[in-house]
Amino acid sequence: MAKSDLKIDIRTSPYIRKAPTVAQIMRNVVYALVPLVIYAVYQFGISALALVIITTLSCMLTEHFFCKMSAKKSTITDASAVITGLLLAMTLPPGFPLWMGAIAGFTAIAMGKTLFGGLGFNVFNPALVGRAFIQAAFPVSITTWTPALATDRFVEFIPSTLALPFMKPLPTADWTAQVALDGFSGATPLALMKFQGIMTDTYDLFFGTIAGSTGETSSLLILICGFYLVYRKMLDWRIPAAVLFGTAISAEFFYFMDPTKYPSPGFMVCSGGLMFAAVFMASDMVASPVTPLGIFVFGCLVGFLTVIIRLFGGLTEAVMYAILFGNAATPLIESYTQPRIYGARKQAKDK
Amino acid sequence: MDLFKLFKKNTFSHGIHLDEYKDETNAKTTRRLPFAPELTLPLSQNTGKPAKAIVHKGQQVTRGEIIAVADGFMSVPLHSPVTGTIKAIDIAKTAEGGKQPAIIITTALSSGQHLLTSDIRNDYLQISREELIQAVQNTGMVGLGGAAFPSHVKMKIPADTNIHTVLINGCECEPFMTTDHRVMLERVEQLLHGIRIAMKCVAAPKAIIGIEDNKLDVLHAIEPHLPTDGSITIKAIITKYPQGAQKMLAYALLGIEIPSGQRSSSVGLAIFNVATLAKIGALLPANQGLIERIVTITGDNIAHPGNYLIPFGTPLSFLLEHVGFKGEEASLILGGPMMGMAVRSLDMPTTKATGTVLILDERATKRDDILPCIKCSRCLQACPIHLNPSELGLLAAQRQYDVMEEKYHLKDCFECGCCSYVCPSNIPLVQYFRIAKVLNRERHLQDG
Ligand code: SF4
Ligand code: SF4
Repeated sequence: MAKSDLKIDIRTSPYIRKAPTVAQIMRNVVYALVPLVIYAVYQFGISALALVIITTLSCMLTEHFFCKMSAKKSTITDASAVITGLLLAMTLPPGFPLWMGAIAGFTAIAMGKTLFGGLGFNVFNPALVGRAFIQAAFPVSITTWTPALATDRFVEFIPSTLALPFMKPLPTADWTAQVALDGFSGATPLALMKFQGIMTDTYDLFFGTIAGSTGETSSLLILICGFYLVYRKMLDWRIPAAVLFGTAISAEFFYFMDPTKYPSPGFMVCSGGLMFAAVFMASDMVASPVTPLGIFVFGCLVGFLTVIIRLFGGLTEAVMYAILFGNAATPLIESYTQPRIYGARKQAKDK
Repeated sequence: MDLFKLFKKNTFSHGIHLDEYKDETNAKTTRRLPFAPELTLPLSQNTGKPAKAIVHKGQQVTRGEIIAVADGFMSVPLHSPVTGTIKAIDIAKTAEGGKQPAIIITTALSSGQHLLTSDIRNDYLQISREELIQAVQNTGMVGLGGAAFPSHVKMKIPADTNIHTVLINGCECEPFMTTDHRVMLERVEQLLHGIRIAMKCVAAPKAIIGIEDNKLDVLHAIEPHLPTDGSITIKAIITKYPQGAQKMLAYALLGIEIPSGQRSSSVGLAIFNVATLAKIGALLPANQGLIERIVTITGDNIAHPGNYLIPFGTPLSFLLEHVGFKGEEASLILGGPMMGMAVRSLDMPTTKATGTVLILDERATKRDDILPCIKCSRCLQACPIHLNPSELGLLAAQRQYDVMEEKYHLKDCFECGCCSYVCPSNIPLVQYFRIAKVLNRERHLQDG
C-alpha cells in the first residue's frame, strides 16, 4: 500500500458521538402520544379522529410552507410539527369545529414557532400559543364539551365538528341531550368544582371516564406514556415532576386552610389536563429551563400559578396560561439558577 | 441521603458512559516493534523549554546516550533511542502541526542496539529530595498521560505547601487505550519503586492508586505487592468518562474538590499517571534515560492491534505498516477518541507524548448537519464541571466570548468533550469553546 494515498480527514475531538438525533427524539414523543390519540378516538369517536388529522396536517403544511418561503430546507421531517399538531388536538374539545382546528394549527406554527425563527428558537410552546389564540378567537366553541363514550360516536360526527367556516357552529345542546349518558351536565370536573362546588371522584379522573378535552382525560394513560419517554431518555422527568410537585404543594396549602372550600391536591393534580400539560407541554425542552435548579423553580411556578388561576381566576384552563407564563419567565429563571461549578467556592446559599 | 454519600466517593457527578473498545488490545502482552531506519526527534517533546542539542552531524551515538540537554528547570534532556549516526539537525514536521527543530538519526541496522549502561544505583531513597528531583530530571521523564509535563517540575512542591497524598491515576478512561492497563499488569515492581520515589520527592506519607472497575485484574495483580503498613493502597472506582481527569479523580477517591483555577497541590495532592511512575521506577535506579514507551495501536482496519514498545521518533507510516493497516480513508488520531488530536500527515514521528495511535473510519469523519440547540439539557447533565454548555454554545454563536468567560466559567472547561458527545443537534460545542478560549487569550494579551 502506498502510504501517501491514504486520505486523511482532519477533524477535532471528540471523534465519536452517541446521541439520539433531534428527529429521533421528536419521533419518540409522537409514539408516546399515539396511545393517547387512540384512547381519545375510542372515547369521542370519529370527531376526535378528524380533529387530530386536521390540526396535524395544518401544522405540517404551515411548517413546510414557511420553510419554502424562506428558502430553507423543509423541516417537516423532524416531526416537531407533528407533535405540535397532536398536542393541539389533545387540548381542544372533541367536538371542536374542524375549520377552527385548522386555524389553530396554522397559528401555532406561524406565531408560536416560525415567528421566533423555527425549532430551537421558540420562546413559547407552539401548541399553547395556538390554543391561546383560539381561546381568544372562539371562546364559546372551546368551552363546549361533549360527553365521552356516546353510543354512535364511531359513525356519527358531533354536529359542531362539521360547522362551516365562519358560520356559527350548530348548538350541540340538543345532540348532547340526545346522546348523553346519565348525569352529563356539559361541564368538566374543573367547572363543576369551580361553579357548582361538586368534586369529581379522583378515581374517575385518574382513569379518564369523564368529559374534557380530547386527550387529557386519563391521567393514568398519560403517566404510562410519560414513563415510556423517560425510559427512552427522551424526556427530562424532572420537569413534569416539578410541575406536579408545585401543583400539589400549592393545592395542599389551600386544602389545609379549608378542606371544605378548596379541592384536594389529588383532584388538582388529576384534573383539567394538568397531567397532560405537565408531561407533554411544560416539558417542551426549547421553552423550559435547562439548569437543574431552574427546572425546579419553573415547575413550582407553573404549579403555583395553575392553582391560583383555577381557584381565584375566571378561567378553568389555568394550566395553559401558567405554562405560557413559565415559558416567558424561563430566560430570567435560567440566568439566576446557573449551577455551582466544580471547584467554585461555595456560595453562602448552599453553605 | 446516606446512600448517596456512600456512593458519592466512588465517582464524580455527571460524566458519560462510553463504549470501551478495549478488548482488542487489553489482553495483549506488550511487544517490541523493530527499529525504524530513521528516527526524527523534535527537541521540544515536553511542556516548557525545548532541549538543547549537543551532538553534531555525522556523530555516532549509542542507544541511551544524551543527545540534547535540559535548558533550564522547565526542560528535560533527550536521549538517543537508537545506536546510529546523526544525519542532520534540521526542522521537521511534528504531530502538533507546524515545524520544529529536530535531531534526525540514521539507525545502525547492523548493531545489536545494546543499551548504554552505567551503574545501577540502590541509593535513590537515601539521597536528599533535591538530589532525587535532579535525578528524575536527568532521566528526561515527562508525564506519559499525554500532556508531557516534566515530571521533576511536578515533584518540586513549594515550601509552604504540604502534600498529604500522592494519587496515582490508573483510570485510563478514554476508549481504545490500554497502555496503562498493561503497565499495571506487567510492571508492578517498577510502579511501586516509582511511587516511593514520588512520595519521597513530595514528602507525602500516603499514596492511593485509583483504577476504574473495568480493570479489576489489576487490583488482584497489585494488591499482593503492596506494603503492609498501608502507606500505599489501591482503590477501584466506577468506570466513567472522564474519570482520569485530575479533578474527577480527586473527587472520586477522596471527595476533595480542587478549587477552580488552582493546582492539585493547593489541596494537598500530587497526582501522577501510573505509566509515568512505573517508568521513573524503572529508569532512575538503572541510571537510564527515557527513550521509548508503550503505545496502543488500534482502531479500524488494523490486522494486528496491540500494545507495542516503540522508540521515540518512529514515523507513523512505519508503525502502520507493521501493524498491518489496510484502509483507504480514515482519521488518524494521536490519543483517545474523546480528547486526542488528529494528525495531518503520516511522516510525523511519535514523541514522548504519544501514547495511543488510533485509526477510525467514517465514524470519525462523518459530518452531520448542525441544528439549533433544542435545550434538551443533555450537555448540562454530562458536563463533569457542571458548566452550562448549552448557554455557552449560544453565546459562542453570538461571539460573546467575554460573557462566556466572565459569567459562564469558560476557563474551567477542560475540553473533555462530554457535551459534544451527547448533543442531539450535533453542535460542535468543545470546538466552539476551544476557539473562544484562544480568542480570549489573545484579547487579554493585547489588553495588557
Ligand atoms: S445537548 Fe445540544 S441540543 Fe441539548 S441542550 Fe446541550 S447544546 Fe442544546
Ligand atoms: S468539554 Fe467543557 S463544557 Fe463540555 S463537558 Fe467537558 S468540561 Fe464541560
